[in-house]
Amino acid sequence: MSLFGKKHDDKHEAHKRHTDIPEGEFPDEPLIVDSSDIDAVLKRFPNVVVDCWAPWCRPCLALAPVIDEMAVEFQGKVVFAKINTDKNQSFARKHQIMNIPTLLIFKNGEVVERIIGARPRRTLENMIKESLKV
Amino acid sequence: MVSNTEHFNVVVVGAGPAGMTAAIYAARSGMKTVILEAGSVGGQVAESPEIENYLGFESVNGMDLASTFRKHTERYVEIKEGEEIEQIIPEREIIRLKTGWSEYTADAAIIATGAHHRKLGCNGEEEFSGRGISYCATCDGFFFKGKKVVMIGGGNTAVGDALYLKNVGVDVTIIHRRDVFRAEAAHVKRLEESGIPKIMNSEVREIYGEKVVKGVKVLNKATGDVSDVPVDGVFIAVGVVPNTDFLKESGIKLDDIGYIVTDREQRTSLPRIYAAGDVTGGLQQIIVGCGEGAVAATTAYEDISNPYWKK
Ligand SMILES: Cc1cc2nc3c(=O)[nH]c(=O)nc-3n(C[C@H](O)[C@H](O)[C@H](O)COP(=O)(O)OP(=O)(O)OC[C@H]3O[C@@H](n4cnc5c(N)ncnc54)[C@H](O)[C@@H]3O)c2cc1C
Repeated sequence: MSLFGKKHDDKHEAHKRHTDIPEGEFPDEPLIVDSSDIDAVLKRFPNVVVDCWAPWCRPCLALAPVIDEMAVEFQGKVVFAKINTDKNQSFARKHQIMNIPTLLIFKNGEVVERIIGARPRRTLENMIKESLKV
Repeated sequence: MVSNTEHFNVVVVGAGPAGMTAAIYAARSGMKTVILEAGSVGGQVAESPEIENYLGFESVNGMDLASTFRKHTERYVEIKEGEEIEQIIPEREIIRLKTGWSEYTADAAIIATGAHHRKLGCNGEEEFSGRGISYCATCDGFFFKGKKVVMIGGGNTAVGDALYLKNVGVDVTIIHRRDVFRAEAAHVKRLEESGIPKIMNSEVREIYGEKVVKGVKVLNKATGDVSDVPVDGVFIAVGVVPNTDFLKESGIKLDDIGYIVTDREQRTSLPRIYAAGDVTGGLQQIIVGCGEGAVAATTAYEDISNPYWKK
């Protein structure tokens, strides 16, 4: 695949899975999730923002660095996770994802907000704070 | 919060084809140059399914061309991604550029912020945004595999995107408000050959649904009849609007639509500020953006060496 080369792949693929995070700790980067472990992540952390993306989607790539930064900013309060909708179509169908990027904001395992399309960082921060009361 | 200010000879705003070409020309003429990009490299090019009219590439997908552009550009200049310029302040000797958290100064600024999709403006467009409406076929086409959609528009993007959708297995019908397409003949010929159904001379008046899109109401302009076309998705490609909102307070001259007004050397109404590409209107194509970028950087170089505003 010759998308954005190594640089881009790193951004999206090199994240940890939730099992890499010791009990009681919080990640400072987005977790990579798929259909098999998304439920475990939603059970484990009360506040989760799931970034639904695919490698061919430019606005998704544009959003990636913002997600990385927010994962640091909100560490301990909100966990960020990325799911590749191309490889996890059942998840996309379940949540009626029709546009990417879509951010699904979960509170205690329930979707409380969906944000469609890339937005400026400050808008996203406010929407996340608002919907999760953090 | 602004930490420290970095100074450059040239700051280029936007890493689309216009900005990247301008940056290469500026750097190669010996000026200290940087590109600030709000999102990721490539601009609209990275959203194009297939490009067949950019010299040297018979047929190339947009993501691939964007990555070729990036490689070439990064030989000369750094591209800072995630840096959205919110304000440009022309001062006596320099131009000040601000993002939400950082600040840059420059002897000259080249604005190449391009354009983004225009909304259709019909009922239901807001309500079903994200629930079956899309402005980016290469992003979202995949979710509509095996489903029925309409593509609204009659220019190159609409026709190109309709062909793309058909290719990835979407059941697409194109709706255009005129009786002939605006798209170039090569595109139209391919559309004819593809067998994609066409609804001509017709306007989408409403997008309706129940939680998600269920269909569109289409007015036939010849007969005045409104018909109902049930669909799962609506793709909209009805032109673009320039990304110039952040310039409103700068005092730079914009035309009625919001495009930056430039002279033939790509100078704007403000000294030290140049513009290139889709943000200046005209023929909005990659090769034109590149050409204007080259001119803008060369003019900036000449002006910095020999300032016309001091004469
Ligand atoms: C679907 C589609 C298909 C197309 N097909 C073709 C084709 O086949 N052939 C062809 O020649 N052309 C095609 N085009 C048109 C072509 O993509 C554009 O003409 C070209 O990309 C314009 O280049 P640009 O550099 O002026 O702007 P853009 O490509 O729009 O790039 C502008 C960049 O500036 C950034 N930016 C915006 N505001 C700011 C800010 N405030 N601060 C920092 N950065 C900012 C944006 O994020 C963007 O990356 C197509 C366009 C689309 C949408």
